Amino acid sequence: MMKKINFAILNFPGTNCERDCFHVISKVLKQNCKVIWHNETSISKVDCVVVPGGFSYGDYLRTGSIASQSRISKALIRFANQGGSIIGICNGFQILTELKLLPGTLIRNTNLKFICKDINLKVNNNSRFTNLYSSNEVIRIPIAHAEGNYYVDKKILKSLKDNDQIIFSYCSENGDITKKSNPNGSLLNIAGVTNKEGNVVGLMPHPERVSEKVFNNIDGIRFFKSIINYHNY
Amino acid sequence: MKNLSFALENGLTKKEYELIVTKIKREPNHNEIGVIAAMWSEHCSYKSSKYYLKKLPTKGKHIIQGPGENAGIIDIGNNQCAVFKIESHNHPSFIEPYQGAATGVGGILRDVFTMGARPVALMNSLRFGNPKNKITKSLVNGVVAGIAGYGNCMGIPTVGGEVYFDESYNGNPLVNAFALGITTKNKIFKGRADGPGNPVFYLGAKTGKDGVKGAIMASDVFEDDKNLERPAVQIGDPFKEKLLLEACLELFEQKGIIGIQDMGAAGLTSSASEMASRSGNGILLDLDKVPKRDLSINAYEMLLSESQERMLLVLRKKSEKKINRIFSKWGLDSKKIGNVIKEKKFIVKYKKEIVVDLPVSILTDDCPIYKRPVKSPKSYKIKNIIFKKNELNQKDLRIILKKIIRDPNICSRKWVYEQYDHMVGTDTIIRPGSDSAVIRIKNSKRALCLTTNCNSGYCLLSPSIGAAIAVAESTRNIIASGGKPLAITNCLNFGNPENKEIMWQFSKSIEGMSKACNNFNTPVVSGNVSLYNENAKDSIKPTPVISMVGILDDIKFCRDQFFKNDGDEIYLVGKIGNDFGNSILSKYYKRIKDINSAPDLNLKKHKEINNFIYKINRKLHISSIHDISEGGIAIALLESCFGPNLSIGAKVDLSPLKFKSNLQIFSESQGCYIISCDTNNGKKLLKSAESSKVYAKKIGEVSNNNLYIKDYFNVKIDTIHKLWSSSFPK
Repeated sequence: MMKKINFAILNFPGTNCERDCFHVISKVLKQNCKVIWHNETSISKVDCVVVPGGFSYGDYLRTGSIASQSRISKALIRFANQGGSIIGICNGFQILTELKLLPGTLIRNTNLKFICKDINLKVNNNSRFTNLYSSNEVIRIPIAHAEGNYYVDKKILKSLKDNDQIIFSYCSENGDITKKSNPNGSLLNIAGVTNKEGNVVGLMPHPERVSEKVFNNIDGIRFFKSIINYHNY
Repeated sequence: MKNLSFALENGLTKKEYELIVTKIKREPNHNEIGVIAAMWSEHCSYKSSKYYLKKLPTKGKHIIQGPGENAGIIDIGNNQCAVFKIESHNHPSFIEPYQGAATGVGGILRDVFTMGARPVALMNSLRFGNPKNKITKSLVNGVVAGIAGYGNCMGIPTVGGEVYFDESYNGNPLVNAFALGITTKNKIFKGRADGPGNPVFYLGAKTGKDGVKGAIMASDVFEDDKNLERPAVQIGDPFKEKLLLEACLELFEQKGIIGIQDMGAAGLTSSASEMASRSGNGILLDLDKVPKRDLSINAYEMLLSESQERMLLVLRKKSEKKINRIFSKWGLDSKKIGNVIKEKKFIVKYKKEIVVDLPVSILTDDCPIYKRPVKSPKSYKIKNIIFKKNELNQKDLRIILKKIIRDPNICSRKWVYEQYDHMVGTDTIIRPGSDSAVIRIKNSKRALCLTTNCNSGYCLLSPSIGAAIAVAESTRNIIASGGKPLAITNCLNFGNPENKEIMWQFSKSIEGMSKACNNFNTPVVSGNVSLYNENAKDSIKPTPVISMVGILDDIKFCRDQFFKNDGDEIYLVGKIGNDFGNSILSKYYKRIKDINSAPDLNLKKHKEINNFIYKINRKLHISSIHDISEGGIAIALLESCFGPNLSIGAKVDLSPLKFKSNLQIFSESQGCYIISCDTNNGKKLLKSAESSKVYAKKIGEVSNNNLYIKDYFNVKIDTIHKLWSSSFPK
């Protein structure tokens, strides 16, 4: 029997996936979960913070850039430095890169449009966020973003590879990393990365959208279960 | 009459102005003229349509709120209700496609959440001109991006809709936006201003000069030199609306709210006067207190501004503090700008002077209702053609099939709906691309089915049958998803009502829609009329768009249209006749171009078939259900083969249907479904059909990678799928 862990979901005024994440964490997985408002200043008694998708402050400026100046962001950086687990999904990923908690940046999709569809993802299971997937498993998770085109310079890209920080990559049905299976132009088909220390992850796909049987796809649920698993051992 | 010319400039007629002068026993000043003209515009007053709209069925056991409020409300069980409406934003979307479409979404969302409901789904119905025109492409791109920009940011999924292309929409595209929200029965809020002395609050974004006189513009005909009226289109800010939504939902948890209404067309004026009118009171507003974005704005502009993301709220005295606390949390303005008054007057103060002093009734009740004259147009010559058994040879059949599958009105809409976030909220069980969208209701077994339809080609041939078919097809979409149709909202897009033939189309459409709604027990709970849709040359085809909502009481009965299992048998339910008037086939086979009759529609029979499908889906194990519509059984079969995750073929033999001509494979007959299930359940289906006296035949089985139809064609699913999925005129 696993013990419940404590999640916190950050809520900026324009966040719009907080209720979806809350539903999966608290109703489907029955974990402890609280919501932290963007102008609070502390994150305490929390194992894992989720920064969900949405449009934090409207994102009329570069996505996530205003959120990175919010009051809660200082506490988030402290939480990361203390080794706490942080998950950034979609806009959350964008915010974490703006905060420099994760390397790289997310620019406009190459087709300059919002894209909402299922994509195939190859999983690197060597992280606290993916330990319940098998090595190089191909899963199907939806994306929904206009700025998901991941970019870093060559030096950082090399260190991402050297340190095994690339956690999710867009791929074909068979797991091949191809140009055709890249929906948004991301460098090396990167869909999600961790920081060097491995306690912060950001990903563009939305695992919370395929975590219940009613959608005929539960590929996303093991993402959340992995971190629960990690904090149990 | 010294102000007559100003009244004419504001869109009032001389007769209407004289009526106003008689009613208020003096000449109105400029501000008053502006206010009255906006409220008497076609857009706000429904003066040309009201007489006919009254004939629509609006009542039913499950109807909680019919037309007349911000949106309609139906009972969906378990103390919950669905709040929904569709509305047009046609003219703004032509002038400025992105903002026009975006604010269309914003406006309809406010109509829904102002009633206390959290919006959970959006749909839209779009019509554009000839896809080969350059401007059509920029309109399509702008409108789709505008809808996406607004809905995605709000975090409300766009789960369905329709897109059509037709010459008649050149220069006058249609952009109709639908929104649906869910609330509980004890949390419904209305646009009322009860209790004289109670404060009137302004909520949301600041007022600017955007959209001044938008309501009047919306009722204008486009002439070529008017194409650049930019300032009349509002600018949307979905982030602000998201704040307003959350703040309002938090507000609704408080006590002391009397009434609330969004500031839509004719902004402050319409919301204040309509709220006062519903409660039989008056309202006094002080414009100096209105939060302003532009300090140079004058009284006239403030009264008519259509700045977005604003609400008007009436509170019980002494509840103000809580309101201000909630709104400052969300960073929004909330300001007391007036009071409810006992005297039934609309009084406006500006710079300490009274600038408007009118009876409320002049704004809300006294606008004349026109019973505009109607005249049936020269009827189309109906050609009766006798078809040969093999009207087309196999090669031609294949060529035509390939043309139809690439037709702008048949091909995949993926390019459109992939730009909409259709999954946010994690309720979308059936995504866009199947018969109806299905969204679950969290913490229950239930789900809602949503669909929107109108074939304006049929409506042109017979506005009455065409409108009824829009309702009938909607019921089929919902039945095919496993649901039970409950109610509709409509968006009636027509040309100039001062043209007798257009008014005839309008009146006939209402007639047909009423019959169909009565037949299927799906009353009209809300809607919108958009007239004067025409370009310099011609009117649009009559386009009475229907959005229907149905309930699925247990999601285990939810079905989609896609074949699933090799070896499943395929059945046709409902009889295919010769329905070719304005069909897709008529575009590609000249000989039938002039069959000018709309498809046959037997409402009673249709309902029997609906009931049969609903029943067997519950009794038997069914793999897929799809209704037949444009392109006939040939296209319906292909659509069932094109699963989003799995393309699969079928081996079909249509000889049991005893077609008189092979053209019937494209016949757009009403009341027909294609079903797949295993052999055992198939047998039971046939038996049940026999005892229910419903026409049903086995026509083939799911198999392999080809669609093989004996004596017709044998095509590779992959090849056809490529044509279908890559042909959208973007």
